[in-house]
Amino acid sequence: MNVSTDSGAEQPRLGFFTDTSVCIGCKACEVACKEWNMVPEDGLDFTGMSFDNTGGLSADTWRHVAFVEQREPLAHQETGLGRRDTVDLGMPSFELPGASAAPEERGEFRWLMSSDVCKHCTHAACVDVCPTGALFHTEFDTVVVQQDICNGCGYCIPACPYGVIDRREDDGRAWKCTLCYDRVGDGLEPACAKACPTDSIQFGDLDELRERAAQRLEDLHGAGVSSARLYGEDPDDGVGGNGAFFLLLDEPEVYGLPPDPVVTTRDLPSMWRHAGAAAVVMLAGVAATFLGGRK
Amino acid sequence: MSTSDVTEEEMHGQKPGRDAVTGAAGVVGEQQRRERDARPSERHADDGEFASYYGRPVINAIVWEAPAIGGYLFLGGLAGASSALAAGAELTGRPGLARPLRYTALAAISGSTAALIYDLGRPERFLNMLRVFKPTSPMSVGSWILMGYGPLAGVSAVTALTGWFPRTGRLATYGAGAMGALVATYTAPLVCDTAVPAWHEGYRYMPFVFASSAVAAAGGAGLIGAPTEQSGPARRAAVGGAIAETAVSTAMEHRMGLSGELYGRGTAGRYMRAAKTLTLAGAAGAVLGRRSRVASALSGAALVAGSACTRLGVFHAGRQSQEDPKYTVVPQRRRRDARERAENAQV
Ligand code: SF4
Ligand code: SF4
Repeated sequence: MNVSTDSGAEQPRLGFFTDTSVCIGCKACEVACKEWNMVPEDGLDFTGMSFDNTGGLSADTWRHVAFVEQREPLAHQETGLGRRDTVDLGMPSFELPGASAAPEERGEFRWLMSSDVCKHCTHAACVDVCPTGALFHTEFDTVVVQQDICNGCGYCIPACPYGVIDRREDDGRAWKCTLCYDRVGDGLEPACAKACPTDSIQFGDLDELRERAAQRLEDLHGAGVSSARLYGEDPDDGVGGNGAFFLLLDEPEVYGLPPDPVVTTRDLPSMWRHAGAAAVVMLAGVAATFLGGRK
Repeated sequence: MSTSDVTEEEMHGQKPGRDAVTGAAGVVGEQQRRERDARPSERHADDGEFASYYGRPVINAIVWEAPAIGGYLFLGGLAGASSALAAGAELTGRPGLARPLRYTALAAISGSTAALIYDLGRPERFLNMLRVFKPTSPMSVGSWILMGYGPLAGVSAVTALTGWFPRTGRLATYGAGAMGALVATYTAPLVCDTAVPAWHEGYRYMPFVFASSAVAAAGGAGLIGAPTEQSGPARRAAVGGAIAETAVSTAMEHRMGLSGELYGRGTAGRYMRAAKTLTLAGAAGAVLGRRSRVASALSGAALVAGSACTRLGVFHAGRQSQEDPKYTVVPQRRRRDARERAENAQV
């Protein structure tokens, strides 16, 4: 049960391909997004967990650069560390450099960086559940909130399987990435893609991006980066594929992404049937209470 | 020169074969490669181990407030089931039972709607709910159900109070009774139609939990408001609803999967236990104290409170399942691993 599917219009579907294997974690996308969309400041926090002090997507963060530190090799890479004549500085920590690493893992580390964003789902739960029609699919098959209509009911927030959309506290309405609806309408690329210095964020026709991603995946596998995989590019997945998909170097959950998201409204017809059955049983039960005599 | 030198014109001293592809396979020793390839995959969702991003939740926090939305769910159920019971009482000539239930229904549905509006980020835009009808959104469907039911409950209560238009009042009571079943149950798809694991995974049971809890509460309201010689149906509704609610919610906790355990933990666990205690005590009191107006009313109050606790327990279980990424990641990981295994087996 989905109202939120492809509009079927002539306009090709637009989207993002975020190739995290070339992301350098500079956060230019976060900044460019905030600047262009006039997204308010949401706290200068120190998370203390990594170089990521943004935390995650929210009403006031529409691009979020995840930063993962791992004691794992990036494919079969010789880092040159871990030999007798070198010092392994290890991960940032409060101990002396090298003190905390077990000998067998010395010399192995990688930093995974990934710029997360609204996935602009084909079957978008947020659009489905929105009771006001504020959320809709645009002519580019992107997902946008109409701010003059949203009444801040907050339903879209727990409906999104990716934890993207959120309510802005002082404003009361729901906000998220618009895939720069205003810029795209004028033939410009979104601010984050424009600002990305490594082309980790690529913008364009979704079909073309999918081809490019398949090629990139093949190249990386050929180069020995066997952990590379695409995420959200499959139109047969639980949300009908994402308009914004990714090339990841580890399991999705490592980046805070759900491993197998399914649009919640897929089960809604069954939910209505169960609710209908419960309503009938309830009326029957209440009727039965009047059968037992006058008392 | 130990490194290459980049000048305006060209690069000097570049050593052949040093332009490494990120993670290229060619630059590592055989021995090292064999060791790494032999390393077993380190994470298995089946062992309860799972990866997450610094333990942060995958889905965003529910912005609804517990008293408002718990109250909205509870009062909607109380209103709907009260109307159904009132219609039966009206039909079988029990005005002493119908009258208090007609009042209860209007008061409860007003409270439920007020709680819903209060919890909007932009309450003044409540009516935007009525610019569309979307079967994909239980909140939209619910708004329209409320629009149909509210006036009926209102007419039913006002005519009961004033004695005007008795025929209209009776018809409104029947109409409200029929719609009451929808009012009491649509809130189950409303919470289940989300990515919140402890709600979504229980969608087969939730409407029955809500319906039986609503009947128990309405039975309780009848016991409070009606004289003992007319409260027989309310008493039976209270006992039947209480037993059904306890049975169905216990089944839900055990059968819904991983996040079912949350209904026994933390704040959710405390509310669910309180709900069961109050509900069963209320049911027992309704039977044992059936000759005493006071004992009946106290039992009724316990049943109403138990029903409220059930909704708060459900609400908190949802919130707890949102906060811990385990409940999102592990079931999805298992599903994905199983699918991949099946696909590999086919090839
Ligand atoms: S990722 Fe979430 S907010 Fe974005 S379109 Fe999908 S459901 Fe909506
Ligand atoms: S908060 Fe706004 S956008 Fe989200 S579901 Fe409610 S009305 Fe729609």
